[in-house]
Amino acid sequence: MSLLEVKGLKKHFPIKSGILKRTTGQVYAVDGISFSVEEGETLGLVGESGCGKSTTGRAVLRLIAPTAGTITFEGVDVMAASKAQMQTLRRHMQIIFQDPYASLNPRMRVRNIVGESLKIHNIGTEAERKKRVFELLETVGLSIEHAERYPHEFSGGQRQRIGIARALALQPKLIICDEPVSALDVSIRAQVINLLEDLQDEFDLTYVFIAHDLSVVKHTSDRVAVMYLGKIVEISDSAVLYDQPQHPYTEALLSAVPIPDPTTERARQRIILEGDVPSPANPPRGCVFHPRCPRAQEVCTTAMPALVSTGGDAGERHEVACYFPARFTGGVRSVANQPFGDAFPPASV
Amino acid sequence: MGERLLTVEGLSTHFFTYAGVVKAVNGVSFTLDRKETLGIVGESGSGKTVAALSLMRLIPDPPGKVVEGSLLLGDRDLRTITDEEIRQVRGNDIAMIFQDPMTSLNPVLKIGNQIAEAIMLHQDKSKGEAWRMAAELLDRVGIPDAAKRVNQYPFEFSGGMRQRAMIAMAISCNPDILIADEPTTALDVTIQAQIIDVIEEMQQAYESGVILITHDLGVVAEIADKVMVMYGGRTVEYGGIDEIFYNPHHPYTWGLLGSLPRLDQTEKTRLTPIKGQPPDLIALPSGCPFVGRCSYERPECRDQWPQLEIVGPEHGVNCWIPEDERREARATLLHFQEYAT
Repeated sequence: MSLLEVKGLKKHFPIKSGILKRTTGQVYAVDGISFSVEEGETLGLVGESGCGKSTTGRAVLRLIAPTAGTITFEGVDVMAASKAQMQTLRRHMQIIFQDPYASLNPRMRVRNIVGESLKIHNIGTEAERKKRVFELLETVGLSIEHAERYPHEFSGGQRQRIGIARALALQPKLIICDEPVSALDVSIRAQVINLLEDLQDEFDLTYVFIAHDLSVVKHTSDRVAVMYLGKIVEISDSAVLYDQPQHPYTEALLSAVPIPDPTTERARQRIILEGDVPSPANPPRGCVFHPRCPRAQEVCTTAMPALVSTGGDAGERHEVACYFPARFTGGVRSVANQPFGDAFPPASV
Repeated sequence: MGERLLTVEGLSTHFFTYAGVVKAVNGVSFTLDRKETLGIVGESGSGKTVAALSLMRLIPDPPGKVVEGSLLLGDRDLRTITDEEIRQVRGNDIAMIFQDPMTSLNPVLKIGNQIAEAIMLHQDKSKGEAWRMAAELLDRVGIPDAAKRVNQYPFEFSGGMRQRAMIAMAISCNPDILIADEPTTALDVTIQAQIIDVIEEMQQAYESGVILITHDLGVVAEIADKVMVMYGGRTVEYGGIDEIFYNPHHPYTWGLLGSLPRLDQTEKTRLTPIKGQPPDLIALPSGCPFVGRCSYERPECRDQWPQLEIVGPEHGVNCWIPEDERREARATLLHFQEYAT
């Protein structure tokens, strides 16, 4: 059984306007995604701003209520959990936020920030909690004397360590890392990535690692899901995805990342996508990527292709939502001779 | 390379604050030739933006002041020319693209208005002509439907298009030098690729020299000809692009390169971060600002800033470690073994 299982997750935000605040539209932030996370692995969620990756992270923890779909954590239905059940669940599911400046209460001392959840869950005596906070600070590479200080006395990297200590306090099984290193400088970023890797080994943690930086995700994740406009367009083992991307968006995304090596850069051929990401309030009909896709054909405008196995090296584990995946390179990419029948909408559509 | 456009020598810009003097830029020297791209790399607070703003006399005074150095644009010293002259230089000779296109465009003026303003200021053009030129420029930087777009406001543009509009504005008077301050940091990676493309194209078309300020070594590897690595207001190392990436001499440069996860890496290796935290700019040591984070520190590092040591053609480093020891130390680092020869 997977630790976390998400099926058909949707989160639509209503757009309200006028004095009566009538709902005049929907932002399709997350629009029907499914994935599972095995115990001890890291699943990366990548995509550009507005693709719904953070919303996914928050919906999984029920920090925002999903519009539809099911979320199962260790066999328990998260969506149906009562308030009391939710509190127990939250002990096992924690989150690390992107902005270490905004996610720590400036009026609280570090010991209270880190120890707050212990108090809420009534764990241990006052003295035991204090000891645990000290332990946690040392685990993340801070020292005991930092406990009495306020967040403003720390640099960005140190604040992110405080956020990590807070997430670890209840010994969770799953941590959603929502862009944990994007706000940090290069040299500090590497420190935090290494820390997260060490903690995973030490405490058998499972991560959902949300980031827009593909090289960071490749480094940290075992499996990667690529998101575009609220949908997962491709998901696979990290090495396979980066080696043999199938979806044209994944290909373009990978080719757009500059590699810090001048020789490699001079030899590289870039796929540059035209235009911008459409608004999630008004997503294109059919495949969400078709207006920017270099391989789009008429069928792409009819319906979103299903996420199906590519039949490539990673077998079942490599899935792509595309009518014309890259594997299919020889000859004309025509509808008639494409092998991925499942991807096509039923004839009635 | 082409003719020399800019020679900066010993530039120091300090900020005099109530808490003390912030030595944001401390004795920085560099040159820029026509058609050349200089990458200035460093982390936040390393002084790279302040160095660029000093060139255009855009440092707010007080509290900031260029306290030392000569900034030669051709044969004019940008430090001593009058305010009237520097206004001519801005836009005409040196133009700048800022990091955040949303906050650097005026939200209540039409895009065309903002581009035409610069044209009318520097060239003898009527309003109608200037607007026509604005539309042409938007078209050149790849904005579709430019004739219509020129009448729109910044909020109607996406992030990538706003940055294109900024580039159109910057090139409107055909400047010799284009300063791009983190031009792609606020943008998504596919849009970043588009913008870098436009900058390169414009550089070719206008034969300008480009100063690219960034913290992203990937972007530098892609378009820079030479690189200046800054740390704590100092230049710790400068050199041609290949020298910096394949033959780096400063421990900080090693650290930067070792901290990067790479997309083209097949094996999963552990990153080698730089230990410690960035320095407090008010309490910088009188010696090398990298002390405390450097693994090869010696007693002299703390008190005295090392002399510039030339280690190759157009390649200099400021470090107390003797060259042979540096080579030995570098050879032991995992991520440099392939270049150790």
